Amino acid sequence: MTATAEPEIGKARKRKEDEHLVTGRTRWTDNLVLPGMQHLAILRSPFAHARITGVDASAAREMPGVVAVLTGADLAGEQGSLPCAWPITPDMKSPPAPSLAVDGVNFAGEAVAVVVARSAYEAHDALEVIDVEYDELPVVLDLAGAAADGADLVHPDLGTNVSATWTFDSAEAGTGGDVEQAIRDAEVLVERTFRQQRLIPAFMEPRSVVVDPTGAQITMWSATQIPHILRLMLAMTLDIPEHKLRVVAPDVGGGFGGKLQVTPEEVIALLVARRLGKPVKYTESRSESMVAAHHGRDQIQKLTLAARRDGTVTGMKVELLADMGAYLRLVTSGVPILGAFMFNGIYKFPAYHFTCTNVFTNKVPTDAYRGAGRPEATFAIERMMDELATELSMDPLELRAKNWITHEEFPFDTVAGLTYDSGNYEAATAHARELFDYDGLRREQAERRERKDPVQLGIGVSTFTEMCGLAPSRTLGALAYGAGGWEHAAIRMLPTGKVEVVTGSSAHGQGHETAWSQVVADQLGVPFEDVEVLHGDTQTSPRGMDTYGSRSLAVGAIAVVKAAEKVIAKARPIAAHLMECAEDDLEFTEGRFRVKGTEKAVGIADVALAVFAAHDLPEGVEPNLDSEAAYDPENFSFPHGTHLCAVEVDTETGKVGIRSYVCVDDIGHVVNPLIVEGQVHGGLAQGIAQALYEEAVYDESGTLLSGSFAEYHVPSAADLPTFTTGRTETPATGNPLGVKGVGEAGTIASTPAVVNAVLDAVRQFGVRDVEMPCTPMRVWSAIHTAQGGAR
Amino acid sequence: MRITVTVDGTTYTDEVEPRLLLVHYLRDRLGKVGTVIGCDTGNCGACTVHLNGHSVKSCSVLAVQADGGDVLTVEGLSRNGTLHPVQQAFRDNHALQCGYCTPGMIMQTLDLLAEEPDPDERTVRLGLEGNLCRCTGYQNIVSAVQDAAQRLRGGSTTEAPTADAPKTDTAQGGVR
Repeated sequence: MTATAEPEIGKARKRKEDEHLVTGRTRWTDNLVLPGMQHLAILRSPFAHARITGVDASAAREMPGVVAVLTGADLAGEQGSLPCAWPITPDMKSPPAPSLAVDGVNFAGEAVAVVVARSAYEAHDALEVIDVEYDELPVVLDLAGAAADGADLVHPDLGTNVSATWTFDSAEAGTGGDVEQAIRDAEVLVERTFRQQRLIPAFMEPRSVVVDPTGAQITMWSATQIPHILRLMLAMTLDIPEHKLRVVAPDVGGGFGGKLQVTPEEVIALLVARRLGKPVKYTESRSESMVAAHHGRDQIQKLTLAARRDGTVTGMKVELLADMGAYLRLVTSGVPILGAFMFNGIYKFPAYHFTCTNVFTNKVPTDAYRGAGRPEATFAIERMMDELATELSMDPLELRAKNWITHEEFPFDTVAGLTYDSGNYEAATAHARELFDYDGLRREQAERRERKDPVQLGIGVSTFTEMCGLAPSRTLGALAYGAGGWEHAAIRMLPTGKVEVVTGSSAHGQGHETAWSQVVADQLGVPFEDVEVLHGDTQTSPRGMDTYGSRSLAVGAIAVVKAAEKVIAKARPIAAHLMECAEDDLEFTEGRFRVKGTEKAVGIADVALAVFAAHDLPEGVEPNLDSEAAYDPENFSFPHGTHLCAVEVDTETGKVGIRSYVCVDDIGHVVNPLIVEGQVHGGLAQGIAQALYEEAVYDESGTLLSGSFAEYHVPSAADLPTFTTGRTETPATGNPLGVKGVGEAGTIASTPAVVNAVLDAVRQFGVRDVEMPCTPMRVWSAIHTAQGGAR
Repeated sequence: MRITVTVDGTTYTDEVEPRLLLVHYLRDRLGKVGTVIGCDTGNCGACTVHLNGHSVKSCSVLAVQADGGDVLTVEGLSRNGTLHPVQQAFRDNHALQCGYCTPGMIMQTLDLLAEEPDPDERTVRLGLEGNLCRCTGYQNIVSAVQDAAQRLRGGSTTEAPTADAPKTDTAQGGVR
């Protein structure tokens, strides 16, 4: 790596992205207007489980402005089955997943018919007069019930509601001992069952797709996180030659995993556009988004923690039920498996067993949502550590310190089969403890208990790590995932010395344009302002694995570094030729090739211009500095940190207020502290939202009750506290920048910190658990039930 | 129905359906796509604009209700390439990530600061309660609003203190 006088990496650069975003000069998909464009509206099933016995669209076809009405039967021959890229077991059961329902519907919200009209208003008008006859079927909603023998079936053809069962056992894998033995030998056993409620990603920009079938390629603009994967999957699903498809993700308004999908709406729009030969647009309403875009979490976790009386944890057994919803979408099946490697957290207990049973229900399919598997695992282990601390009357931080991997023990092979490359849990915890005034708050807590204050104080701990930077391709292959985890980048040196960076990591709010500019400015010694980052269009960025799993910096930016190294390597012989010296006599620093020990130098921009002219290049050297690289990480990155939360619980109303929240995160070297800070804040907000506010609730008929922002409680500014953030910096050893991912850390860490704090406040009344979200009603009820109150 | 509306300083006269929402009129008829739609229940505030000097959620106003009115959108704020102080404060404080809620947040901030030129943190949080952001956790938005308030009061024309220094370890009191 080259050095510059003042490195860009580490600077709190204001974002390049923002000027157009704050002025409204934006390129959201829904902004697009193309000549002749038609508008789509989709009729969705009001029933969770029914056979379709007839569709009469004749009246709709007569409505003003209506060009066509298509049903599943119309598209049956060409729509294929929406892809699931993760067959977690060889015998995994996956039902056909049509984009437009043909014979029946399996969740309320499933697409049944599509209207094509001149305007969106006219298209929606026509939905009203489509007559669909449904023959209702038994609705399967309860996760545990669905997995039991004799349950009604979501997909009778499969003969079961169980899609797959996936198991990891440390004794079998050779990564540790026998958990059953650990349980038999345990001096203390903690057994708990936790529920991970169903969540909705709730990106602010509703999904939108525009398809233009005119021209040699079909072009799709979509509010997606994954333009590259989408192109490949559409090609494979619809049997369209891949080179005949171009996918563009323009400005995308958030994703959080919710736009990591190949959606029915994208398939429908493409097929309709192709059939009509006209551009079409589909933009969902928020109410549609809630019942049509995939949901997240939804697990029941049965946990057994074995320990000795001195607090040493000796083993953990995890039995999960995971709700798939009605179909397996892109990575639905694999989300719980991503958690399998994280239930041991930062601890070094020697025996571990994990079983997950994936179950179909008549609900919206689940899939990736910020953290995807890892928040669930972190919640489980961090809640269990607090429960064990209570059981042993130990301080929860002391218990953790007794069990965590010490700084000297890295790299550490975990019982779940991963190798944590680095970490310093002691430093992060010490720093957090100090920022939080842990001892002072414990004293206040004791005083409030003593005086029976109606407002009680609770302190919650979460010392977490996570695996991110998805992912080493070999690991993904071993887990039967359908693709690799590399990332691609290209650098184009323009004749004027300006630089275009092409990244396969497609941003949707993360600030790649700014961060990648900083990385390249350091690598090539060019000004930050001279770098333009291009992404999100398969025409300009033909190869990529896109953005999810906190992978962009730890994988995507490393590919950029590798490409920059190639640019410099290509420029070196030309620079030597220009200065009539040997290549070995050159050193590259601050953007200049300098003849060692002299003042003689040429800049990279001079070389770029010389290459453009190509009048005087060394023999056999091509007139081109442009370079590309693909980078496949050797390991995940493992951010970690210590989060401490103090809540005040009003025991008379059950209301929980966050009094203070301190987090110290270790994400290795930091490229842009402003961006990192923002990612942490946003992550915390979503994790806290799971703890206190959000839940997708179905009624007994399978209708989503929390079907709008009026009922689904995405927190507002008034619901959240000011966070105190700190950092320790233990560089990752697996990549040349020493960076780790930060996108999911806040979400993964914060949920157990908050719930542990709630429990810490109310455990004194005999409360053993409060289900998430810890609403005033749930907290109040838990207190009163525990005290024997009949309410 | 025939309506005449001034939007960002330009007057338009159009025939519109009585049911046409103001936000659709702005986006689809006038091309004012800087104003966006985040929900259909008036909860998220992404579509916030000013109508006759006050913030409204343009998904909850009919275009015909704006007849004879004066509408200001996020596109009408910057002048001659210079960002409005609120826009500048949002940028300087990293108060946006994906930016989808930002136009509404900025328009609501203007309304809030017109009523309360020097709001404390709690006032800012309550004043923005009707505008949802999924990316930022609101902390930098609150900072931006207070920074903007100072700029509008003429307190400081310098850049925000966040420009070159990480904001970590700035312990602040919790909020209830």
